Amino acid sequence: MGYTLNFAAVWRSFDQLLEGLLLSLGLAFVSILIGAVIGLLVAFALIAKSGWIQRPAATYVTIIRNLPILVLVLFAYFALPQMGVRLGKIESFVAVLSIYSGAYLAEVFRAGLISIPKGLTEAGLAIGLTPMQIRVSIIVPLMLRNVLPSLSSTVISLFKDTSLAAAIAVPELTFEARKINVETFRVIETWIVASGLYVATCSVLAALMRMVERRLAVPR
Amino acid sequence: MSKILLEIQGLRKQYGTVEVLKGVDCTMQEGEVISIIGSSGSGKTTMLRCINMLEEFQGGRILLEGEDIGYEQSGTVRKRKSEKDIARQRALTGMAFQQFNLFPHMTAAENVMLGLVKVKKLSRDEARAIAEKWLDRVGLASRADHYPGQLSGGQQQRVAIARAIAMNPRLMLFDEVTSALDPELVGEVLQVIKGLAADGMSMLLVTHEMRFAYEVSSRVIFMNQGVICEEGDPKEMFLRPKTERLVEFLKTSSFN
Repeated sequence: MGYTLNFAAVWRSFDQLLEGLLLSLGLAFVSILIGAVIGLLVAFALIAKSGWIQRPAATYVTIIRNLPILVLVLFAYFALPQMGVRLGKIESFVAVLSIYSGAYLAEVFRAGLISIPKGLTEAGLAIGLTPMQIRVSIIVPLMLRNVLPSLSSTVISLFKDTSLAAAIAVPELTFEARKINVETFRVIETWIVASGLYVATCSVLAALMRMVERRLAVPR
Repeated sequence: MSKILLEIQGLRKQYGTVEVLKGVDCTMQEGEVISIIGSSGSGKTTMLRCINMLEEFQGGRILLEGEDIGYEQSGTVRKRKSEKDIARQRALTGMAFQQFNLFPHMTAAENVMLGLVKVKKLSRDEARAIAEKWLDRVGLASRADHYPGQLSGGQQQRVAIARAIAMNPRLMLFDEVTSALDPELVGEVLQVIKGLAADGMSMLLVTHEMRFAYEVSSRVIFMNQGVICEEGDPKEMFLRPKTERLVEFLKTSSFN
């Protein structure tokens, strides 16, 4: 095949790719943060005794987890304005990824919550803590330690999902790569470099999460 | 003149259709050490757990220093007290559990401090000082900054007792606190409880350690099938049991 690799054109636009990566990270960070708050509330709702609390939470998780995220992205950006909800590209994507990560994190957190021995709650009650104080001081800190390993893979997969924002022209990494691809015709080089950036970022994220895991590990 | 600390009147509790407490009556004076014995399923742990509302109960009253625990009665309507009221009442009793239930992500000192800071609203420094005092009392001053996972079962149970007692409860509840321990670790925990008894702490102990119940209690309650079957002075009870049930029970227990 008469193709010689030449990265010069891609390197010239490398700044653009980095800016795209930065936006990808920003999108992921904000969405996962909002998603974690949603996920925590929904996780507690999922384990609630009352069906009036449990059922809506379970419905939310089921619907979101059975929808491709691209469909959600397109729905929010193209269909919602027709229904009178007008959001910018970035806002619309952050809203979608937050709701999406909320459902996935809720499942992760729920698994962590049910693995905490009931005796710890009783010990908290016995010294006079209120149920809310027990959640804040005992249940949530222990749950987070329990779920850190699976949280890590969820966070990385949510970070990768930011590439779908390219579908609505949010200038994140994938979108920038496609632009450079079109402008320079260095097809292979562009996607090699973009892929390299994704892999490197995910590896760093994984290493960071492992570090947190080790620091927070319950000593024994 | 001693005064009444705890009054249990006609306590009834059921799980679904199974009645596990069928009308328990009991009065406890301040400073008493009462051991509750009986075979498993007799309701002794359930009764203990009703006293700090870890179990709800459907009938009867529990009064701690004259105050209704858990429920308030207005006319014929019986209502569960607010979560906040119940939390305040629970802080009046301390409890040690069979499985220790220490918070694994907190050091021994932090375990003891949690209630002092969050419930008693003490500063961290004040709480730390009290925690160190009680950890010293249970012989664990040097383990204050160890995590539960780094302690033996006996040490964990002593931390758990320190955690309960540091709250300065009116009444201590011990729920089979040596049952999960290796035999060689039982003694150190019983020693701590003996020390508390000598201080005049009011205590209710559910226990399978008959020798210990005999030595430390001012009174023994024998429960059978959800009611108090026999109660009295430990020497009388163990050496001259009156009911057939107790005779049978003592035969199969470790006391001889």
